[in-house]
Amino acid sequence: MAKTYTRRESEVRTVTVDAKGVYYRDLNSRVRELIDGGYTEIVLDGVNGQRYIGDGLTDSVNIIINGVPGNDLGAFMDGPTITVNDNAQDCVGNTMNSGKIVVRGHAGDVIGYGMRGGKIFIRDDVGYRVGIHMKSFKEQVPIIVAGGKAGDFFGEYMAGGVIVLLGFGEDERPVVGDYLGTGMHGGAIYMRGEPEQHLLGKEVSVSPLDSEDRKLLEVVLPEFFKDTLTDGAGVDISDFIKLRPFSHRPYGSKYVY
Amino acid sequence: MPGTMVPSEFIINIDQERCRRCKRCVMNCGFGAFEFKDRTIADSSKCVACHRCVVFCPEEAITIGRNPLAFRENPSWDVGLRKSIWRQAATPGMILTGMGNDLPWLNIFDHLLIDACQVTNPSIDPLREPMELRTYLGRKPDHLEVEPNGNGGFGLKNKVSNNIRLEVPIMFSGMSYGSVSLNVHRALAIAAEQLGTVMNTGEGGLHEELYPYADHIIVQCASGRFGVHSKYLNAGAAVEIKIGQGAKPGIGGHLPGEKIGLDVSGTRMIPVGTDALSPAPHHDIYSIEDLSQLIYALKEATDYKPISVKIASVHNVAAIASGIARAGADIIYLDGFRGGTGASPAVIRDHVGIPLEIAVAVVDEQLRKEGIRNLVSIIAAGGIRSSADVAKVIALGADAVGIGTAALIAMGCRVCQKCYTGNCSWGIATQKPELMGRLDPDWGAERLVNLVDSWSTELKEILGALGVNAVESLRGNRERLRTLGLDATTAEILDVKPAGR
Repeated sequence: MAKTYTRRESEVRTVTVDAKGVYYRDLNSRVRELIDGGYTEIVLDGVNGQRYIGDGLTDSVNIIINGVPGNDLGAFMDGPTITVNDNAQDCVGNTMNSGKIVVRGHAGDVIGYGMRGGKIFIRDDVGYRVGIHMKSFKEQVPIIVAGGKAGDFFGEYMAGGVIVLLGFGEDERPVVGDYLGTGMHGGAIYMRGEPEQHLLGKEVSVSPLDSEDRKLLEVVLPEFFKDTLTDGAGVDISDFIKLRPFSHRPYGSKYVY
Repeated sequence: MPGTMVPSEFIINIDQERCRRCKRCVMNCGFGAFEFKDRTIADSSKCVACHRCVVFCPEEAITIGRNPLAFRENPSWDVGLRKSIWRQAATPGMILTGMGNDLPWLNIFDHLLIDACQVTNPSIDPLREPMELRTYLGRKPDHLEVEPNGNGGFGLKNKVSNNIRLEVPIMFSGMSYGSVSLNVHRALAIAAEQLGTVMNTGEGGLHEELYPYADHIIVQCASGRFGVHSKYLNAGAAVEIKIGQGAKPGIGGHLPGEKIGLDVSGTRMIPVGTDALSPAPHHDIYSIEDLSQLIYALKEATDYKPISVKIASVHNVAAIASGIARAGADIIYLDGFRGGTGASPAVIRDHVGIPLEIAVAVVDEQLRKEGIRNLVSIIAAGGIRSSADVAKVIALGADAVGIGTAALIAMGCRVCQKCYTGNCSWGIATQKPELMGRLDPDWGAERLVNLVDSWSTELKEILGALGVNAVESLRGNRERLRTLGLDATTAEILDVKPAGR
């Protein structure tokens, strides 16, 4: 899997922690101690709902989670790479600044809220309000990719960055929920297949991909497939559409002076 | 008049005999009300009565008057209402305004009187005796356990939560960089450090240059999450989750793209020229449990710094505050319905929320009743105008106060209520380089220090008169207040007796 740090392989120091039944506060302070102690790869076994793993960490460290982490995984995170070999819960990557979170399963609501940089890859479905108020700044362009389907308010208030929705899954549900991109005023959402018109927020428009969009997806998708161990053989970039906001100032005419 | 059909609010008069054509008024007016065509000409329709021209005219040749234009009187159809309708009939939209509520609602502070000692228990002279204003904000333990420290002395056995130490029970309220200029933030930071108190960033992030003052800064995390990152959260003395604001309870904020220049963009970490939209709710908080989750996410990210939660005073404020205390907050910041703003729809500012005095009284009482008052400190803000207000609101149950508008007035603000235009002639609520340069941060800081020092001295006099030597003894001490001319129900809610009882 991809490593974001620049140390040589020989310098990787791995440690495994048994997280079973450990209180979240103790678990997270143990993780911080291990990072301070020079470990660069921390494997957490038996994780079961502990919140805030990776919260506020700024180091280039790899955290591998075996089990289901609790809410706010990687909140305010600025650098680490987290891989979850299971499902994740709500608020993954909340207000994240940089780093990478890979979930090899489903994830819950409010993924990547206010995220400003880094990547979140969810192999399967995601819940409501995913990518809400995501933003970009200078070279920081956050990316969320979800392999499955998404709930309502996908990309709401989005101000920057990139969200990709692949829509894998056999069930009957539509690929995306209602209020898609409502209040969107920056960034781009790429979806495989066109969403039904009535699902669209009134601030967004559908357009075909241009060469820049294709280039972006040609880089992002293989990385997503590799990290999430997904077979992407059937995915054709020409099946994607792009959602863009009409304006980066959607509420300019709301007021009288 | 054409367009909106709204007549000018004010009339500018220039005494052409006195005017020596120096054009200072032309240069100083942020709203472009003056031009020079062989003599100074004024466009009264642009005047907001901010007095910048009046103050800087060396000949005192300018006077600003109210437009004497008569309207047919009709108490139901107040002139302000008629003007709003004309404006909205011309352009559809919400009327935008700045500063705090300007409708003549009852001001409860003005109906509260403070007690003093006479004969039976002597008052204290603060000139001779020390008066304690120092205040600690944050969670206090339910009890203390003491154990021998091994050196013959004693030490605390139980762990005490981190608290913020203030030398005065007065802090500067959150005003974001973006709504106010960087020089305002600079002045507030310098003053907060000198006074041993704190300023609050508001929701626009903290400029790189102000990180050295971070021990005296509360950093805010609002729904837009502007400029919020690990370094920012860890820089401050505490982190504040902004749920709401007294001037606009329940609604979000829109900083217009015009105010997002390079520096604001860098601090908020959003592109230049885009609107900065703060959604009405935090999208990760739809319940007390969710709030608790964010409180502990911030604690985990900051090694357990105190977390403040700022809410507007609304009808159900006591129950909400109880939830906030139980959710793990260390500080509850109550913003009253007179609280200021850089921009708010007038209908919200003027008609939503409840008075701070009532909010503080009911929150303090509710927390006491539940036996959890020690879990949180209460900061009262939104309409604190003087040291008397400070004393009264502390007696009603607050631990400290926040001042925003008062701080801006100290730095020259004339309360013209045009903050949202970005044209502030005093260099306060603007991002235009030529205007913001007008506020010298050191000068501003000196005036803020003077103001807070003055109020502290007055507060000590009040405490002395009450016969107590620490602000702690006034906290929640409603017995030392009396109402005058307040209805019985309000007095009962405040739990303050009428004068004479």
